[in-house]
Amino acid sequence: MLSELRTMWEVLKHTFTKAETVQYPEEMPYLAPRYRGRIVLTRDPDGEERCVACNLCAAVCPVDCIALQKDTREDGTWYPEFFRINFSRCIMCGMCEEACPTYAIQLTPDFEMCEYDRQNMVYEKEHLLIDGVGKYPDYNFYRVSGMKTATKDKGEALNEARPIDTKSLLP
Amino acid sequence: MSELMPVILALTILIGGVAGAAILTWFERRLLGVWQDRYGPNRLGPFGIGQVAADMIKLLFKDDWVPPFADRLVFIFAPTAIVVAMMMGFAVVPFAPGMMIIDVNIGLLFFLGMTSLAVYSVLLGGLASNNKYALLGGLRSAAQMVSYEVFMGLSLIGVVMMSGSFSLVDIVEAQTDVWFCFSQILGLIVFIIAGIAESHRLPFDLPEAEHELTAGFHTEYGGMKFAMFMLGEYLGLMLISCMIVTLFFGGWHGPMLIGDWLPPFFWFSSKVFVVICFFVLLRAAIPRPRYDQLMSLGWKVMLPITLVNILVTGAVLLWMEGVA
Repeated sequence: MLSELRTMWEVLKHTFTKAETVQYPEEMPYLAPRYRGRIVLTRDPDGEERCVACNLCAAVCPVDCIALQKDTREDGTWYPEFFRINFSRCIMCGMCEEACPTYAIQLTPDFEMCEYDRQNMVYEKEHLLIDGVGKYPDYNFYRVSGMKTATKDKGEALNEARPIDTKSLLP
Repeated sequence: MSELMPVILALTILIGGVAGAAILTWFERRLLGVWQDRYGPNRLGPFGIGQVAADMIKLLFKDDWVPPFADRLVFIFAPTAIVVAMMMGFAVVPFAPGMMIIDVNIGLLFFLGMTSLAVYSVLLGGLASNNKYALLGGLRSAAQMVSYEVFMGLSLIGVVMMSGSFSLVDIVEAQTDVWFCFSQILGLIVFIIAGIAESHRLPFDLPEAEHELTAGFHTEYGGMKFAMFMLGEYLGLMLISCMIVTLFFGGWHGPMLIGDWLPPFFWFSSKVFVVICFFVLLRAAIPRPRYDQLMSLGWKVMLPITLVNILVTGAVLLWMEGVA
């Protein structure tokens, strides 16, 4: 009986506490930069597509909502011919972002993607690709990895480090 | 004029009761929101009061469906019974001096009788639905209401002994100086608890118990028939609040020390408002007991308390008579 009275008193004290509710459409909640929302494809600082069509994101995606097709440029680099994310399947888990070796695929703090037509939830490459660099402003994959061209192999140019031998434990 | 007065008042109570119950659905949700650190319905109209109209429109336009396996006649009759019984209960409530439909010398018994009739609504509703959840809800409500009826009546005997009348007007008049909530504190506690059980509101809403019985006795009900059950429940809440104020908190009299300088109806309605808020607080704070806990609380705690209360009240009254 005493505990019931105490409970009632504790609840009564909440008359003067502020409501926790965020009045959503008028009042936007704070979303951290690393919030996992709508997926974008970013470009490197030179304005080129970062995506190298390695297919790791599609392989790791637990709901298989990513589909892409590799194509090769004249200089031998890969790029996605099409890149398609079905957001009606996507669960915003962020595993594609973790898997991506080039920081191309990134999740953004935007979750307002409602559509009346399910088909409109399927985003093609032109919808996904943004003009910016996303969360990694200075990163350019080919500057880090090195690049084979018609005249030289990886790491053979002046001031260019040799590629890391992944088969050896030596530094 | 005086002959028309009860008719006008009856119509006012009919319309006001329904409107009050409708507004109470919104008010309760807002108040629960306050106590649970959220807002409740606040979108439609000022303070969300338009939610009442939205809910009404929704319920009115629902398909008026009777399950093919139900006992059709009883199924339709059951929701009306609770509303009629609760509305009838308002006939004896003295809102202010002269402002009541009828002052009968058995007013208290009439009120108890009418609230008892409401049991039929829940019981028949559960039985006619021909659904095991509904039947269990109906069974629970029958057992709960019949057992709580016992000491609901007995808890008021102290009040009746002190005022010497079953007429609610006489009971209010007897509280001109001192309210019965002090001398009859045990009766008040038992009556509040029995009143909640009688109007089967949380924490004693075992007939509905949505976690166990989906919706209990009104599982199969929808649309306006469901709305009638809800209307009956909120009317019951208002009626119990009116009776608590009438019997224990001095009815239309102003608070002691402050006096009667405001209109009697103002005092009555503001006290009823406070009691309704208290009932909502109970809903916000107290969890639902298990069924056997409810029954043992009733028979092992409440009944002895009321009997002791009657005994002590009678002894003190006799002793004071001897002294005088």
